[in-house]
Amino acid sequence: MNPLGYVRATTVEEAAEAFAAHPGARYLGGGTNLVDLMKLGVEEPSCLVDVNRLPLDEVEELPDGSLRVGALVRNSDLAAHPLVRDRYPVLSQALLAGASGQLRNAATTGGNLLQRTRCQYFQDLSKPCNKREPGTGCGAREGVHRDHAVLGWSDQCIATHPSDMAVALAALDARVELHGEQGARSVPAAAFHRLPGDRPQQDTEIRPGELITGVLLPGAAAGLPSAYRKARDRASYAFALASVAVVLRVSDGTVEHAGIAFGALAHRPWRAARAEEALLGGPATAAAFEQAVDRELAAARPLRDNGYKVPLARALAVDVLTRLAAADGA
Amino acid sequence: MDSDTHRSGTTLRVNGKPHTLVLDNRRVLLDVLRDDLDLTGAKKGCDHGQCGACTVLVDGRRVNSCLQLAVALDGCEVTTVEGLAGDGEELHPLQQAFLERDAFQCGYCTPGQICSAVAALAEAAAGHPSHVTDPAAPSGLPVPLDADEIRERLSGNLCRCGAYPRIVEAVEDVIR
Repeated sequence: MNPLGYVRATTVEEAAEAFAAHPGARYLGGGTNLVDLMKLGVEEPSCLVDVNRLPLDEVEELPDGSLRVGALVRNSDLAAHPLVRDRYPVLSQALLAGASGQLRNAATTGGNLLQRTRCQYFQDLSKPCNKREPGTGCGAREGVHRDHAVLGWSDQCIATHPSDMAVALAALDARVELHGEQGARSVPAAAFHRLPGDRPQQDTEIRPGELITGVLLPGAAAGLPSAYRKARDRASYAFALASVAVVLRVSDGTVEHAGIAFGALAHRPWRAARAEEALLGGPATAAAFEQAVDRELAAARPLRDNGYKVPLARALAVDVLTRLAAADGA
Repeated sequence: MDSDTHRSGTTLRVNGKPHTLVLDNRRVLLDVLRDDLDLTGAKKGCDHGQCGACTVLVDGRRVNSCLQLAVALDGCEVTTVEGLAGDGEELHPLQQAFLERDAFQCGYCTPGQICSAVAALAEAAAGHPSHVTDPAAPSGLPVPLDADEIRERLSGNLCRCGAYPRIVEAVEDVIR
């Protein structure tokens, strides 16, 4: 690890100034991924701008019924927050399905979104990786890729995004709030992460120096039946092989709203727009759920060793949709 | 470059004692505890936040000390396994239970297991759910811990000797 500077910021403006003043700087939140990547030599910041003292650690209820989650709210606190558990169970469940108690205590909402892929080629400096070092090739493409993408990958990169939380946010139509040189803006959570294309080094739509200040959970999704289900190699403390977040409203047996997102299948949480479209206004039956999910997963292009992900994701999604529909008195 | 810009002043209260240190910005809490403060209870297992052997409490919350940059913890209260028993001779109930249940073989993961369990009990008492908690359970109320809950809540602490069954029993003893 190279020597590095350290600046403790107390306001968003101060953090942005410090970041701009130190080329090669990184914002430090919980550090659970960044510090690890620094130890591995994947990240080599010249300076850390510590944002942990910024006043962004509250969950705030807004007059329109939405919830604003500060970027520094820790994953464990967000998962346990009564308003989140009661109104957005999918988010609480997704958070609790990720990492360990120790990591969730440190990891922040903003940092969770910005964590990097756990592709072993990305984390190993002795291997080629277009994400870590553009132009060097992809070791995983013909290598060990059992955990890698089946949707939306490119010749340059087949990595997946590791977050569980982000999958729930995509299904909830949440928005990511950002602060940068040009002021504040917000981006739909489902569009915050990118597909790799020919720029796999760019995970998200965030601009240089921009800071995530919070996440907005829309009032429209509050209280809707929702759930998260994750398949992994062991019962706890492992990244997803496939996961699904579903928000579903059924009335008189008809689907009135469906928000579906898959995790661990792509370079970003995969919002299943085709499946949602197929379900909307139709019957909330197992057959309809199967058809809709198949329509979405028809786009899958499995690699040599990860074809299992397609039927696995299908089974998870149909199961969660069916359970939510039953619970919603379809 | 001026080497002073790579170091920062930090005050940590560790097991009740204040320490004012000037530290290289790269150093993690685990190394400072072990190498500077002679508190070798917290162990370096993986050094990547994957094994839990380095678990300590920062402001009462369990964290992997191998991933916490010490300079970022200025003003924080750190409790290591050495600080659990307090001033007297008496062990913390979890330490006593681990002894009585023989909840270890080599003992390397034990300080992390115990610190993690102390915090896990506090989290459950404060109403924090886990992955195996019924989502329909009322929020804000203490969560009762059965063996499944204990296993899930301690899943961030690996034991290569496989002492898990007795670790669960030791935690159950303290709950009862």
